[in-house]
Amino acid sequence: MAPDGKGLAPQESPDRESPDRESPDWAAAPEGATRPRVVEARSLSLTFETADGPVYALSDVDLDVERGDFVSFIGPSGCGKTTMLRVIADLEQPSEGRITVNGVSPHEARLNRDYGYVFQAPALYPWRNIERNVALPLEIMGVPAAERREKVRSHLELVNLAGFEKKFPWQLSGGMQQRVSIARALCFEPNLLLMDEPFGALDEIVRDHLNEQLLRLWAKTGKTVIFVTHSIPEAVFLSNRIVVMSPRPGRIIDVIETDFPTDRDLDFRETADFLEVAHRVREGLRAGHSYDD
Amino acid sequence: MTTDVLSAPAGSSGLWARLVAGRALPIAVVSAVVIVLWYLGAIWLNTPLQIDAFERQGVAWSRADLVRATLAQERPLLPAPHQILAEMKKTIIDTRITSKRSLVHHSWVTLSSTLLGFAIGTALGVLLATGIVHLRTLDKSLMPWVISSQTIPILAIAPMIVVVLGAIGLKGLVPKAIISTYLCFFPVTIGMVKGLRSPDPLQLDLMRTYCASGWQTFWKLRWPSSMPFLFASLKVAIAISLVGAIVGELPTGAQAGLGARLLAGSYYGQTIQIWSALITAAILAACMVALVGVGERLVLRRMGLRR
Ligand SMILES: Nc1ncnc2c1ncn2[C@@H]1O[C@H](COP(=O)(O)OP(=O)(O)OP(=O)(O)O)[C@@H](O)[C@H]1O
Ligand SMILES: [Mg+2]
Repeated sequence: MAPDGKGLAPQESPDRESPDRESPDWAAAPEGATRPRVVEARSLSLTFETADGPVYALSDVDLDVERGDFVSFIGPSGCGKTTMLRVIADLEQPSEGRITVNGVSPHEARLNRDYGYVFQAPALYPWRNIERNVALPLEIMGVPAAERREKVRSHLELVNLAGFEKKFPWQLSGGMQQRVSIARALCFEPNLLLMDEPFGALDEIVRDHLNEQLLRLWAKTGKTVIFVTHSIPEAVFLSNRIVVMSPRPGRIIDVIETDFPTDRDLDFRETADFLEVAHRVREGLRAGHSYDD
Repeated sequence: MTTDVLSAPAGSSGLWARLVAGRALPIAVVSAVVIVLWYLGAIWLNTPLQIDAFERQGVAWSRADLVRATLAQERPLLPAPHQILAEMKKTIIDTRITSKRSLVHHSWVTLSSTLLGFAIGTALGVLLATGIVHLRTLDKSLMPWVISSQTIPILAIAPMIVVVLGAIGLKGLVPKAIISTYLCFFPVTIGMVKGLRSPDPLQLDLMRTYCASGWQTFWKLRWPSSMPFLFASLKVAIAISLVGAIVGELPTGAQAGLGARLLAGSYYGQTIQIWSALITAAILAACMVALVGVGERLVLRRMGLRR
């Protein structure tokens, strides 16, 4: 429990990490930027050519993510959140615009193994036990066995799954499986974590718990996280920047910067600051919908 | 130790309960019904010939005589189960294995080409499937051939294979094995194409995010996910591999093998010999399928895949 639970005022929190927070134009490169860009997208568009004609998944998206950011994408189903993440991960090619990841093209970033991707489903390999599932990326990257064991151990501990090494995926609950997939994405220590609705299929209680764990992990490791969610509370609780998207074609309609203390806990969701941001996100989503009609 | 005393009967009654609840009872019932029907069929089918025989001999016969005689003919239309069993006992247990009359000897001849053909066919099937899954052009060009190969009746193509291979000096084991191969590569190819394509898109995307090589994707993802498909195919493949070997023995007038026994039996109207060869082949096939099943269980259990 944070000792100063209710007395927290976000305005009081020191601005040490974000000297450019007051800059309203988030897309333009701020002069005083001190943190390197992890993702930089300019007028990005993506159209899927399907049998029923083109599907405009992304349209004219500008986005900047700086090192250490926790950015959440929120928007109605089918608005292109997954697509955006897949473009960053070089799993999908944009039809227009340009994008860099860690200063290079997404393809090169993928070759550098710059990011860990957590899919909407755990996507564990059922014939591998938990230990070997987490070790999979390390095996592929040719990490020696001893080092592999050590990394797997420490990352399973990180997601509170020590002792489950020899279990197979089907012996674990959905929430545990998702934590395994997070450990798997973290274990080769990428600086960028892409998470696509990782907790979407979980019940509220487990989700809350994992949210708290993830927040702590982020605060501890200083990784950059790009997070997709449907849940307003989740987005507001976790992020320092919330990107609100409109329905198809996916456009960014609002970007909300928050400045909450990093040691916030679940009770923080009762505070006025939290509710205010949540309200703004909801307004943004609503505006996006009316645009669609 | 009361617990010991109590646990023993509990254990055996548990076994009994398992038998009753499990497959043993239904299997026993079905077998009994089949055997009864078989005896009735044998009596019915063999009766006309037997009556002829009685009349030719001019003996007086009762109904009981007739039934007894129909089940003891030397060349019955349909031999009774006990006649087949007696013949099998004679040719399997009582005859030396080295003898030409030993069914064990004949079974081994057929089995060896079955296994050789099965091994080659499986390897070929896996190889073709791997190519088809990885190369779009192979998928387009090869798949139609693979499928149309199986539309030709094996009975039509078997003699040609035997003759052609005989002309280039290949005789005996190899032509028969090739016929087995021809039959059994098909289910393996089809099953493995499906199996190697069974990983879902997410599992494949995961490999892409790790920037895994094609080789790594194959060994760490495609191959393990295809295992259940492989074993399902192998069960079919081994059974039809045996069919292939037997069919391969028919057109050659082979001296040895279950097919040769069938052929010789039908030349001389030795129905009991035919049937005992057939039953032996069936038992052989069942054993091999069961063996593949054991292998399947071992492999899948090691892979942690529940059954
Ligand atoms: N491979 C594809 N081919 C054709 N259309 C696609 C493809 N992938 C996505 N789309 C379309 O692009 C749009 C955006 O899809 P996307 O998966 O990015 O949505 P999303 O915001 O992640 O939705 P959800 O919240 O439901 O996961 C959808 O309308 C979808 O139908
Ligand atoms: Mg999605």
